[in-house]
Amino acid sequence: MSVLLQQLANGVVQGALIALIALGYTMVYGIIQLINFAHGEVFMVASYGGLATFTLLPDDLKKSAAVALPLMFVGGILVAVVVAVIMERFAYRPLRNAPRLAPLITALGVSVFLQEAVRVFYPNAKSNLPYPKVFPEGNLTIGSINVSWTGVMLVVLSVGLAVILQTYVNRSRMGRAMRATAQDPDTAKLMGVNPNRVIVLTFIFGAVLAGVAGIMYGGYLNNINIDMGFQTGIFAFTAAVLGGVGSIRGAVIGAFIIGLIKTVAGQYMPGGTQYDYVWIFVVLILVLVFRPQGLFGEPERVRA
Amino acid sequence: MRKHSVKSAAIVGASLLVLAACGSNKDEGSGSNGGSCDTSKGTLTVGVVAPLSGNLSALGVGIKQSAELAVDEANKKCTVKGYKLTVSAQDDEANPAKGAQAATKLSTDPNVVGVVGTLNSSVAQTVQPILRDKKIPQVSPANTNPSLTRGNDFLTAPKRQFDNYFRVCTTDDLQGPYAANYLVEKAGKKKIAIITDGKTYGEGLAAELSKQVAKKGGQIVGSEKVGEKDTDFSGVISKIKALSPDAVYYGGEYPVAGPLSKQMASAGLNVPLMGGDGIFDGKYIELGGKEGDLATSVGAPTESLATAKAFVDAYKAKFGKEDYAAYGAFSYDAANAIIGALAATVDGAAWDESKRDAMLQNVGKYSGSGATGEVKFDQYGDSTNKVLTVYQVTSAKWKDVQTGTFTG
Repeated sequence: MSVLLQQLANGVVQGALIALIALGYTMVYGIIQLINFAHGEVFMVASYGGLATFTLLPDDLKKSAAVALPLMFVGGILVAVVVAVIMERFAYRPLRNAPRLAPLITALGVSVFLQEAVRVFYPNAKSNLPYPKVFPEGNLTIGSINVSWTGVMLVVLSVGLAVILQTYVNRSRMGRAMRATAQDPDTAKLMGVNPNRVIVLTFIFGAVLAGVAGIMYGGYLNNINIDMGFQTGIFAFTAAVLGGVGSIRGAVIGAFIIGLIKTVAGQYMPGGTQYDYVWIFVVLILVLVFRPQGLFGEPERVRA
Repeated sequence: MRKHSVKSAAIVGASLLVLAACGSNKDEGSGSNGGSCDTSKGTLTVGVVAPLSGNLSALGVGIKQSAELAVDEANKKCTVKGYKLTVSAQDDEANPAKGAQAATKLSTDPNVVGVVGTLNSSVAQTVQPILRDKKIPQVSPANTNPSLTRGNDFLTAPKRQFDNYFRVCTTDDLQGPYAANYLVEKAGKKKIAIITDGKTYGEGLAAELSKQVAKKGGQIVGSEKVGEKDTDFSGVISKIKALSPDAVYYGGEYPVAGPLSKQMASAGLNVPLMGGDGIFDGKYIELGGKEGDLATSVGAPTESLATAKAFVDAYKAKFGKEDYAAYGAFSYDAANAIIGALAATVDGAAWDESKRDAMLQNVGKYSGSGATGEVKFDQYGDSTNKVLTVYQVTSAKWKDVQTGTFTG
């Protein structure tokens, strides 16, 4: 029993990380129907941005976690936002009215570009880099279950930010503009919504969440590498599809489902941890067979 | 203005002259034994195939630079009459497909006389046949998987696999059991959990260890696999923790092992992690390897060996740092085996591709005293040097705790 509870706790932490990134995929898709494959790389770049911020701090500030950690978040998120905005402006906006396949391939290109750029230009990025120890140490122990404080922080941030995002999109004026653009960009434009502003803002929101995820990933796992965006990005994308791409709630729930399947299947299914990825995709295929739009997605609208 | 440019032109001219003088001086005087080396017949190349980028680059760069050192010394000593030697280092990124490309590139060059490499056993599997087809000797400083030389039935029916393949390090059918003996008998760890990365090296090593653990009365309580690109091991660790092992043995390399050890500790699984030569690097500790963790590695500790001192000093003098890593001394010996065999093959005559058969035989017959001790190959191409060492992380450094050979 305690093993099951521990694995569930592990799964929730993994799901929280995936959720932060999945939100970026799902929001961008909701607005411009683009699977932004470079979003995983935004997460990776943010992690390196946070590390660079820490490296550039004066020595006495490095010792004070209360100052260094928030600054790392600011640095990492800033880098992520700048990269995302540049990406939108120069890679995707010129292709806004091109066939859907063109921006998709561009996204793959941007992904490779960002990964190689970090590999070439970030010092020592060719191998794993240790992350600074400015995060809370130790574990939260409930009975026999251990979760590191960084894991707890990850879950709190992930759920908290998802709720804030959902509320913002549902309640605020800008959120309404976002939903309007998602439903029908042309009519939204006629109603006075500036689509470029909405789209840039969507990319910025996605980048902020990916930035938080990037810093927390470093804190939780202590190491970062240039492949992390690809690996985690694939899961985040899967989570978004599972939950119904375009749906904020769906992305978060899909992410937690993936985290839980991975750890629980690794524990109990035949083949053990070696085949834990298999079960994620088995579930994905089953869901898509019976509900092609995903758990919370809306059936594809045909646009006139 | 004009005066200045005349002056600077003069300075440039003068320095060019000085440089030229230095250059020619060096050519003539580089033979430290006095006489100048005759390099009239041209240049021959020693190839290196190792991961020069990627996660294992710390090990790969050590291999490359140590081979360069051996070649430099040979050039100074005029070891190969009539020829100057160079190193052509190819990056395999620890990836078998990239290794094949690197080997193909080297094998098409008629001046490549031998190849030092690879680091990974899995990469060796694709490199071996490519070099064999061209009869180019390959001497590995680091491949420890026994099937590379003796086939899949290496214990019961050993059969030489590639007549061009040699290695200067010992093999996992000794390394695994040696580690098992230390764990069960010396350290008193009876319940061992195994984690591997599923690659040729890690799987083979862990399998050999498991057999010996059982033989010594220990118990393998569980065995799990992690993906090479995995970073969050909480699932695997929770699963293993429930089996309450005394130690965890990891078959794989340090980029995964370091974070794994750290995550074990933070999940409350406070038992030592042990691994093979693949985790024996300073980077392991930097990435999260904890106090008390263990590793076996091939050979005696480089710093402690009298024969290694000359290598370490020369390496430091050439590169300024001691980053020869786990396989530097082996790579130096491997390169010297190729150079020694080449000297015997050429012996004043001219090199051409018809000499490749003789070259292979000469590598097989090579015998010398190297940085890792005696360098000699048995009938399978394996090293006759079977020394192994157990290291432990003590005050954030690898410290040797036991050196010896596996005796059963």
